[in-house]
Amino acid sequence: VTGKMAAFPWHSRHRNYKAEFASCQLEAVPLEFGDYHPLKPITVTESKTKKISRKGSTSSTSSSSSSSVVDPLSSVLDGTDPLSMFAATADPAAMAAAMESSRKKRDRDDSSIVGSDFEPWANKRGEILARYTTTEKLSINLFMGSEKGRVGTASSAMSEKVRTRLEELDDFEEGSQKELLNLTQQDYVNRIEELNQSLKDAWASDQKVKALKIVIQCSKLLSDTSVIQFYPSKFVLITDILDTFGKLVYERIFSMCVDNRSILPDHFSPENVNDTAKETCLNWFFKIASIRELIPRFYVEASILKCNKFLSKTGISECLPRLTCMIRGIGDPLVSVYARAYLCRVGMEVAPQLKESLNKNFFDFLLTFKQIHGDTVQNQLVVQGVELPSYLPLYSPAMDWIFQCISYHAPEVLLTEMMERCKKLGNNALLLNSVMSAFRAEFVATRSMDFIGMIKECDESGFPKHLLFRSLGLNLALADPPESDRLQILNEAWKVITKLKNPQDYINCAEVWVEYTCKHFTKREVNTVLADVIKHMTPDRAFEDSYPQLQSIIKKVIAHFHDFSVLFSVEKFLPFLDMFQKECVRVEVCKHIMEAFINALTLEDEKRTLAHLINGFIKMVSFGRDFEQQLSFYVESRSMFCNLEPVLVQLIHSVNRLAMETRKVMKGNHSRKTAAFVRACVAYCFITIPSLVGIFTRLNLYLHSGQVALANQCLSQADAFFKAAISLIPEVPKMINIDGKMRPSESFLLEFLCNFFSTLLVVPDHPEHGVLFLVRELLNVIQDYTWEDNSDDKIRIYTCVLHLLSAMSQETYLYHIDKVDSNDSLYGGDSKFLAENNKLCETVMAQILEHLKTLAKDEALKRQSLLGLSFFNSILAHGDLRNNKLNQLSVNLWHLAQRHGCADTRTMVKTLDYIKKRSKQPGMNHLTELALRLPLQTRT
Amino acid sequence: MGTSLDIKIKRANKVYHAGEMLSGVVVISSKDSVQHQGVSLTMEGTVNLQLSAKSVGVFEAFYNSVKPIQILNSTIEMVKPGKFPSGKTEIPFEFPLHVKGNRVLYETYHGVFVNIQYTLRCDMRRSLLAKDLTKTCEFIVHSAPQRGKLTPSPVDFTITPETLQNVKERALLPKFLIRGHLNSTNCTVTQPLTGELVVEHSDAAIRSIELQLVRVETCGCAEGYARDATEIQNIQIADGDVCRGLSVPIHMVFPRLFTCPTLETTNFKVEFEVNVVVLLHADHLITENFPLKLCRT
Repeated sequence: VTGKMAAFPWHSRHRNYKAEFASCQLEAVPLEFGDYHPLKPITVTESKTKKISRKGSTSSTSSSSSSSVVDPLSSVLDGTDPLSMFAATADPAAMAAAMESSRKKRDRDDSSIVGSDFEPWANKRGEILARYTTTEKLSINLFMGSEKGRVGTASSAMSEKVRTRLEELDDFEEGSQKELLNLTQQDYVNRIEELNQSLKDAWASDQKVKALKIVIQCSKLLSDTSVIQFYPSKFVLITDILDTFGKLVYERIFSMCVDNRSILPDHFSPENVNDTAKETCLNWFFKIASIRELIPRFYVEASILKCNKFLSKTGISECLPRLTCMIRGIGDPLVSVYARAYLCRVGMEVAPQLKESLNKNFFDFLLTFKQIHGDTVQNQLVVQGVELPSYLPLYSPAMDWIFQCISYHAPEVLLTEMMERCKKLGNNALLLNSVMSAFRAEFVATRSMDFIGMIKECDESGFPKHLLFRSLGLNLALADPPESDRLQILNEAWKVITKLKNPQDYINCAEVWVEYTCKHFTKREVNTVLADVIKHMTPDRAFEDSYPQLQSIIKKVIAHFHDFSVLFSVEKFLPFLDMFQKECVRVEVCKHIMEAFINALTLEDEKRTLAHLINGFIKMVSFGRDFEQQLSFYVESRSMFCNLEPVLVQLIHSVNRLAMETRKVMKGNHSRKTAAFVRACVAYCFITIPSLVGIFTRLNLYLHSGQVALANQCLSQADAFFKAAISLIPEVPKMINIDGKMRPSESFLLEFLCNFFSTLLVVPDHPEHGVLFLVRELLNVIQDYTWEDNSDDKIRIYTCVLHLLSAMSQETYLYHIDKVDSNDSLYGGDSKFLAENNKLCETVMAQILEHLKTLAKDEALKRQSLLGLSFFNSILAHGDLRNNKLNQLSVNLWHLAQRHGCADTRTMVKTLDYIKKRSKQPGMNHLTELALRLPLQTRT
Repeated sequence: MGTSLDIKIKRANKVYHAGEMLSGVVVISSKDSVQHQGVSLTMEGTVNLQLSAKSVGVFEAFYNSVKPIQILNSTIEMVKPGKFPSGKTEIPFEFPLHVKGNRVLYETYHGVFVNIQYTLRCDMRRSLLAKDLTKTCEFIVHSAPQRGKLTPSPVDFTITPETLQNVKERALLPKFLIRGHLNSTNCTVTQPLTGELVVEHSDAAIRSIELQLVRVETCGCAEGYARDATEIQNIQIADGDVCRGLSVPIHMVFPRLFTCPTLETTNFKVEFEVNVVVLLHADHLITENFPLKLCRT
């Protein structure tokens, strides 16, 4: 190679692509319908499924693939399914339960402290307040005077109206009377809170008697059962005040025991308590003992039960049974059961080891149970217009609490006995419900079939059965029934649930059972359940009133389906989601779904998997022809998953696809509206791409989006993409991280650029920029890029540029984009354009030759040979070899390739054969001559 | 503020028995030093009798018989005239609780027509220009525990329309049967009154069941006396229509100061009774009365 070679002109070979294409094609032989063809069946189905999956963006149709032949249900029935057995043992929840039970054993040793496995009252509070509400007007009467007429007729008849100091205790403040009528529930709650505050204030300002009066007045409100449906909530509010009071008194007396030297230990004995403290404590008890009315006397004494510790060791154990008996005097069964609940609550807190009283409360309650159906209660219900089915559930919070206290760490024998006692009382639904709510879930779960039997038999007497099934379901969500019963339980329960007419009753029940279904069964059953819910909740848009329950169902389903793809292959899952029609709720639900699968802290690998799953989801979401909605979904998704690169990539692809869909729908002719929409899509991509990290991801997406923009006739936008891509190239690092390994990036860059060139062929020149503006820009960037020292990639790229330029100089290009005029039609073979083109070619060629020259060193001779041959091939393919200079160049290159014996003889032979073959084609005669000038070097 | 005077009795509950030493401190606190003409401490114990309005007219003749009876009255000089330094001065005292002659140290009792009260009074005499300072403080006297065992005296009772007296129209009464018992009508004042009550049957709904503790105070002498029963406290033991056949506990704590062991002297008597009061709907009021004998053991 000499310096003479430096300035070679380029002459592109003229191509007739159509003719070439035709000559290359195989002759098509039509196939008769019945004819055998090995590929036929596959091709047919493949093309069909492909079509469906393309079209069927609604997702549900494409999910059928995973259905299995074996019925999982039958295998569950056998109890031999190895998978489910494995699942049962490996279940982390079961492990946790095992640990829990071992912890329970430890706790049992110290029975004077309630373990953390005892669900505290605080948990119940909110639930009760939320559940027992009223719209009726309430009243608060804080005056003893009016009560006096009721209770004290006898006393006034007898006494001389001489009031002792004791009696005055009942007045809130001298001569004050507070009767607040027509309060809304919220007013009521506020008033009670005010009272709570004034109690604290009174205490803080050392007005102990006033504080006591407040507490008495408040507990008196608990004897008032008007607006009965609010009673459980009232109980919660007022016992809060009592708790406050109890604590204040205890702390006060406790502080009196602290002298300068020592503080009373937590487990003190009465001997350590000084006389003053004892006297103060006794005073409280005497004062309380003189409270006229039963209910306040009971509550106030119960509230300071703990203070007995100051007086004697046995105080509490003597007090509890007495207070328990005292409750017998409360005539109203509802008031009385709540009093029992309060006593159990205080008892559990102060002396949980004293189980006797708890049991006594339960048995006493059973004794008075018949009162519920007595005249007094019935009359009251008539007056208040309350039906039995809404009255009986008012008992539940109190009974549940009592049962829970009793069953806490209770021996199996006791539970069984309690169950038997309940059964004896005519298998009452109310009792059964509380047994199920309060007893250990394991206890109930193992007897599920018994309970179902009892539920079926039991005398409803106003207590709705669906509540019973709900309670059972709650247990089964926590503990597992025997394997063999599982399906039957579900069947039995669902049989009842599905018959519930009232959507509210239905959903409250169904919500609970979804958990059980998810836990023990496959997606098939879950699907059935979801379908049933949809069926029940759709009429009259019942779902609108039940969003919380529906949301809870979704949460449960998500919790059990860890595999996103399985979740979305549950056919009814998406239709179920469709019930969330209120915007904010829907967003909330979607967030839950996504949150279940992603959080910001996930590891790289997990992130990738999640991203993959979310991508699967995004691909499945379709709003049909509502493309704008679809786009806004993508916008929303982008904001939600901005930390997941693969998702953003998917979103860009999806948006591009959306633009193309639009184009397809419009058959390539955009209206003003669709053009604007498409531009919006393009803009979406344009602003999203820069936020990505992967450099090649960005490059490829710029290219891809540019292509889409071009296809949608957004020329300037396409230019912008390409320009962005070009200006990004200098940033491509030498090495990039691929699957955790650092690899040289050049091969990727080469690949990308080749791809880019193919696109640039059809990109029309911008009228305001020069000829081949983008190609020039790109060449500059390639020129300036710092390539590896001993790599030929730059030259390979130049070779490709040469191919591009050759293609660009054709009269008609190889391919076009519909409705986009490429340079061929823009310039129409203008000589100036061709001249520019050739000038570029020359520059590129000069670069190539320059490089070849530098390779004339020993260690690079092999590379020189390879590169020379490759350049030779390029000239052969794209150059017009009738041009002498080019012809000579090719001959020189041939020699160069073989000069140092580096060439692969086989390749050379094949190449030569090819030239000879080509020479026989029409218009290629000149190649015959060339072939003669290309000698084959024999290996020595 | 100026000078303050306070008496602090050693025992937190301020309860003393005959023969015991009543001890404590008198506390004088002042910013400046205090000039005084002497500080004395007086122990007093009196029985105050009063005639009820309805009795006054009838028993005018005995008007004199109800003048206060003095049980105790003794004074000790604590500090001779002088000067207290500024700040807090505590002067301890000991007072033996003795009665003179055949007088009896009755238990403290706060009633309506009879009041038995013991006080300690501290007087600081000062010069003409400054006011004398006085502080009074009640202390409580309990009689010595009675020897011997308290014999329980249980009472069973049944209340039906037929057992009632003072009924205007027996036929109009609803049918009912209430049974019960008191564990003992002989009670220790420190122990509650206990028992049980069962509404076996009642046509009318029960509104309330109450225990009414009544004091019966008698003033006077052999020639004539005034006897008055007044309520001490009323304790509800059942509220609303209680469950039939289920025993409701009777339980009442005797209030301190307002009760004392049953007392019988030549000039006055203090006795106690309890009424079981059942209120039915339609304003029927049924009362069953039980005299009690209280003592201290």
